[in-house]
Amino acid sequence: MNADLAPPSASRRLCALCAVSLLLAAGPAGAQGFAGLGQAAEGFEPVRPGPFAFPRDHGAHPGFRIEWWYVTANLKDAEGTDYGIQWTLFRSALSPGGTHPDGGWATPQAYLGHAALTTREAHYTAERLARGGIGQAGVTAMPFEAHIDDWRLAGPSLRDVTLTARGERFGYELEMTAGGPFVAQGDEGYSVKAADGMASRYYSQPFYEVHGTLMLPAGTQTRGNGNGNAPPAAIREVAVTGQAWLDREWSSQPLSPGQSGWDWFSLHFDDGTRLMTFRLRDETQDDFASATWIAADGTPTPYRGDAISLTPLAASTVAGREVPTQWRLTLPERGVDIEVAALNPQSWMDLGFSYWEGPVTATGSHAGMGYLEMTGYE
Amino acid sequence: MLDVRDLRKFYPGEAGPVPVLRGIDLSLGPGETLALTGESGSGKSTLLHLIGGLDHPDGGSIELDGIDVTALDDAGRAALRRRTVGVIFQQFNLIPSLDVARNIAFQAKLAGQHDADWTTELAARLGLSDHLHKYPEQLSGGQQQRVAIGRTLAARPRLVLADEPTGNLDEETGAAVLGLMLRLVEETGAALLTVTHSDRLAARMGRRLHLRHGRIAR
Amino acid sequence: MIGAALGALLSHWTRRPFQLLTLVIGLATATALWSGVQAINAQARQSYADAANRLGEADLPVIEARGGGDLAQARFIALRRAGWQVAPIIEGQLASGDTAILLIGIDPLSMPPGRLPGGAGFGAEPGAGLDADFLAPPGVLLTGPETASQLEGALPVPVRAAEGMAEGRAYADIGIAQRLLNRPGRIDRMLVTGPGSLGAPSLERIAPDLAQRRPSGEDDALGRLTDSFHLNLTAFGLLAFAVGLFIVRGAIGLAFEQRRPVFRTLRALGVSRNALLGLLAAELAALALVSGAAGMGLGYLLAGLLLPDVAATLRGLYGAQVEGALSIRPAWWLAGLAIALAGTALAAAGSFWQVARLPLLAPAQPRAWALASRKLLRGQQLAALALAAAAIALALWGSGLIAGFALLGAALLAAALLLPSILQGALALGARTARGVVQDWFWADTRQQVPGLSLALMALLLALSANIGVGTMVSSFRLTFTGWLDQRLAAELYVTAPDAETAARMREYLAPRTGAILPIVQAEARIDGQPGAIYGVADHATYRRNWPLLGSVPGVWDRIAAGGSVLINEQLSRRAGLVPGDKIDLPGGRFNIAGIYSDYGNPAPQVMMGLTRFESEFPEVPQLRFALRVPPEAAADLARALRAQFGLGDDAVVDQAAVKALSLAIFERTFTVTAALNVLTLSVAGLAILTSLLTLGTMRLPQLAPVWSLGLTRARLARLELTRAILLAAITFLAAVPTGLLLAWVLLSIINVEAFGWRLPMHVFPGDWLRLGVLSLLAAALASLWPSIRIARTPPSDLLKVFANER
Repeated sequence: MNADLAPPSASRRLCALCAVSLLLAAGPAGAQGFAGLGQAAEGFEPVRPGPFAFPRDHGAHPGFRIEWWYVTANLKDAEGTDYGIQWTLFRSALSPGGTHPDGGWATPQAYLGHAALTTREAHYTAERLARGGIGQAGVTAMPFEAHIDDWRLAGPSLRDVTLTARGERFGYELEMTAGGPFVAQGDEGYSVKAADGMASRYYSQPFYEVHGTLMLPAGTQTRGNGNGNAPPAAIREVAVTGQAWLDREWSSQPLSPGQSGWDWFSLHFDDGTRLMTFRLRDETQDDFASATWIAADGTPTPYRGDAISLTPLAASTVAGREVPTQWRLTLPERGVDIEVAALNPQSWMDLGFSYWEGPVTATGSHAGMGYLEMTGYE
Repeated sequence: MLDVRDLRKFYPGEAGPVPVLRGIDLSLGPGETLALTGESGSGKSTLLHLIGGLDHPDGGSIELDGIDVTALDDAGRAALRRRTVGVIFQQFNLIPSLDVARNIAFQAKLAGQHDADWTTELAARLGLSDHLHKYPEQLSGGQQQRVAIGRTLAARPRLVLADEPTGNLDEETGAAVLGLMLRLVEETGAALLTVTHSDRLAARMGRRLHLRHGRIAR
Repeated sequence: MIGAALGALLSHWTRRPFQLLTLVIGLATATALWSGVQAINAQARQSYADAANRLGEADLPVIEARGGGDLAQARFIALRRAGWQVAPIIEGQLASGDTAILLIGIDPLSMPPGRLPGGAGFGAEPGAGLDADFLAPPGVLLTGPETASQLEGALPVPVRAAEGMAEGRAYADIGIAQRLLNRPGRIDRMLVTGPGSLGAPSLERIAPDLAQRRPSGEDDALGRLTDSFHLNLTAFGLLAFAVGLFIVRGAIGLAFEQRRPVFRTLRALGVSRNALLGLLAAELAALALVSGAAGMGLGYLLAGLLLPDVAATLRGLYGAQVEGALSIRPAWWLAGLAIALAGTALAAAGSFWQVARLPLLAPAQPRAWALASRKLLRGQQLAALALAAAAIALALWGSGLIAGFALLGAALLAAALLLPSILQGALALGARTARGVVQDWFWADTRQQVPGLSLALMALLLALSANIGVGTMVSSFRLTFTGWLDQRLAAELYVTAPDAETAARMREYLAPRTGAILPIVQAEARIDGQPGAIYGVADHATYRRNWPLLGSVPGVWDRIAAGGSVLINEQLSRRAGLVPGDKIDLPGGRFNIAGIYSDYGNPAPQVMMGLTRFESEFPEVPQLRFALRVPPEAAADLARALRAQFGLGDDAVVDQAAVKALSLAIFERTFTVTAALNVLTLSVAGLAILTSLLTLGTMRLPQLAPVWSLGLTRARLARLELTRAILLAAITFLAAVPTGLLLAWVLLSIINVEAFGWRLPMHVFPGDWLRLGVLSLLAAALASLWPSIRIARTPPSDLLKVFANER
């Protein structure tokens, strides 16, 4: 499949890309923001097509400019109450080469962790920032461990991991076991993102079965994000089960210029199929939409353009701005015509950079649960 | 007792010194009274001040009881003002911080010639007995001038100098005060030199001299 | 019409330029002292911010090794991986050529972004990403512009100047700093940047050898002492301003009084009351702005002169590098001009009121001074009485620092308002002793001068009272403090071991060489809801004999040794209302309070517990510090031997004399600026007297001329004038002594208790008063010398003008 024809099975977390780049990227690029990120990344390793080499590719690729391990999960407790969690570790190389002979503090790798726990009523968030090379944060492939401070995604292998994160007011510890294969996005994991050839390496693991424990303030009905002042008086532990989705992506040329933001969905349907879809909002041209249909056995089918439509139905006022929290998605080729609504419309990630990310429910032709991420609603 | 010879005085002016007194001669015996009249600026007040030791002359001599006043230093002139001369001003010049009794006794005490009986008598004769504990600003003009006369005579000076003593008083009050002053001066046997431009006042003096442009006009 | 009216009003100043000068000088001095103090305070606060707060050490808790010393970097990683939000810091002197700077290494990723000095580690634009140049070798040194130019090219690291950063210190990434300081893998301490993860283990569990200390800015004793220092300065600035306002009030009052006929004429000619008041207000506002601006200039100079002392004090108290150059902010200028305007308005309010009520026709009789002054006196007495009542009410029922200062202000003002009555009374008494007519006149005339001079004398009273009050407070504090130091520092040597193992060897070594080894152990604890400390105290004669107890139950030391009782410091006692015999809840149970000890220089609650009990309650606290009892003459040798034997630094072995000397030096420096301001305030009062006398001088001639004409020489009159000024100053001084003592009492017993939690016994120092008394008489004599000389030299013709018929 030729890059121009291949639907860019587009990068998840474009938002994170931009924002993480802003936060972590080396000075000049950071200063130039969006547009600067579109420029060639001299000295960083170029993205090339080809098969993945697991488990080595589960680990870090320090020669590339940016990389992430991104987990979202939809969970239920014994009473059927819905919860969502997010766990993200971003890596950013501060200079080409990715290493320094001195090691330690001189290692030009920065890590950023974001964690969230969402209920219908509350949305807790936390953030960690650390440098690689001194043991505070890092990723190894065998045995698999990704960590920053006391947050970990670790197991004998990436198919069988324990996920932990704790903020000041919440925490979780989840066992995740993959019930299906890793799914290469785009052309065997070579994911072209723009007509001018920018691309990333991208695969997902959308088949995790999850069980574990959530910790949240007891008796809480109040909204909060992990940055409140007083630690909670009492902690409630909740046993949960559910499904998780992991995205792995690395690149050196992460972004296209001209995009004002994006709306991204990952959905687990009750019949075992999965759907990933997004649209890039563009101020100068038509919005760009893309999707991947994942069969229950893990076989991906990419779609782009008119094949899919994403339409906001209703918006909520979140952190002083209007954010669409109810959507209609259609993918006629697969008979998909669903309404997607946020579990908690106030799922605002008010961190070093801010965006909306939270669990959603799908109803209509296909019922299910999933995650929605929206950026650029400034 | 008072002998003034060729007395001269200049005041500084814009085009050099301006003569005020151009050679005055006059003499006054004990108990004599003399009126000094003249226009404004004729120098009569200046002459009075010089005789009283309040100012220096620029030439000539003043002899008082055989003492050359012009040769005295500041302290000597102060002693002269205390003991020998008494000055009565148009503006009364009472000491505002002292009451009537103390104003009257002030100069006598200063001169070391305080006589309590005489002071009391003076106050009574001047009609001030009821006002002894008042302050000058609480008195009328006539009352204030009577205090000033009392203050001067209490010290029994040999020479009383009066500068328009009734100039600030209305006619009736002025006449009364003047009569009182003349009677008392006569009783103490002092000589009296009065500067005035009131003919009526001048007429009540033994002699009269008229000053014109710093000279005695006959 | 307005122009003509303004011309008529302003012509007063050209005819009396000296009055104008008085007004300008008074306002300028008042503004100068006030704004100077403000500039110093602002600069000092800026220095704190630069020195400490940038890193958050003023308001963030710090974790460091219990026994002192540095830490392995791995300890930082371990705490982070246990869920603690900490940021590492390394610090050290970096010599380059003949300059040495303090190099501070930070980790921009674990430090909260708002606390990064000069945004270190991130790009210049808001929202910019991490700055790879700062983080990666060779790195960047961030420092003030001056230091940057000194270091230029002298180091293997690029130096970047950042506007507004403190000089003499530089920030670098921690990895770069470790390399420059040649201490790879080491850190000095960690800042606790926020609450840790839910359920993160306690420090005691994961790192018992590390201690978390309170934020220096919140609870640190030294921080509180700098606060008291600034409070001190501010109070003085305010006082000096008030004293200056008395001059302004005098000048404005006179100018209005003398222009009464002009006001009447203007009103009669058709200028409305409001137009007149508006013109006068505009005139005063213009004068206030001009004088205020001049005052700001003077204040800037003053602050520049005093700043080195302030900087020295802050270095002594805070160990902080303070910028020596003043940086002036626009807010400072505006505030200074505003206070000049407000002060003028306050000083002119009374005169404006009078003008507003001025009848169109003058009363036929001139105002009777005796009557007027009696009325004025009565009014002042009533006001003084009301203020005194307010002060007493505040003393009885007020609480808090503000009430304390209000009490102080009310008492001082009451004393000032009462002064004319006191002067009149004293002069009336004096008049009875008069012998001879000249003395008689002298007393009577002096009484008549009181209304004209009373404002200046009130200013003098305030300055003298402040001098006596603050002097008494400082001297009392010094006396108490030195005595207390003697008690507290009873041991001859104080040693700190780097670790428990060395401590054990040290004890073995010391046992045969010392009379006693008294461990100094301490645990942080919340006491009465506040962060405080619990100390373990050995049962030893050193404490039994010397410890400064303010109150205790019988057999106090036996009870402490038994373990069930504790001692608490005075601060805690006052704050919580605890007395010996009460009980207190502490970690480890409920304890009896056996005694209270004084604990100056520390605002936090503190408890002393028997050592045995302490060891069982806080077994994890290592015994690393010891007080040693040795014969004093052997102390120096033992200190040397200890350093040699155990490789200890100078700081680890300290002798009593050194600690005392340091404490006293800090104490003295704290009050250096106070002393300087004291002198300045007194000078302003002297100026007030001088200007008052000079202004009155022209009005004195009609009063002096009659006396002169009756036979007093000008020289004698001049001598009497001099005597009069000295006499008035003397009476004022006598009135200032009790006022000053009252002030001292309020400072010691109310302000200090409210501000710091300790009450100091008052000691009086009559020798100091004598000195001050002589000084104030000299000041008055000096101030009246010129006016007196002027009288002695007045030509008779001027005096004669008084008698001129045509007046």
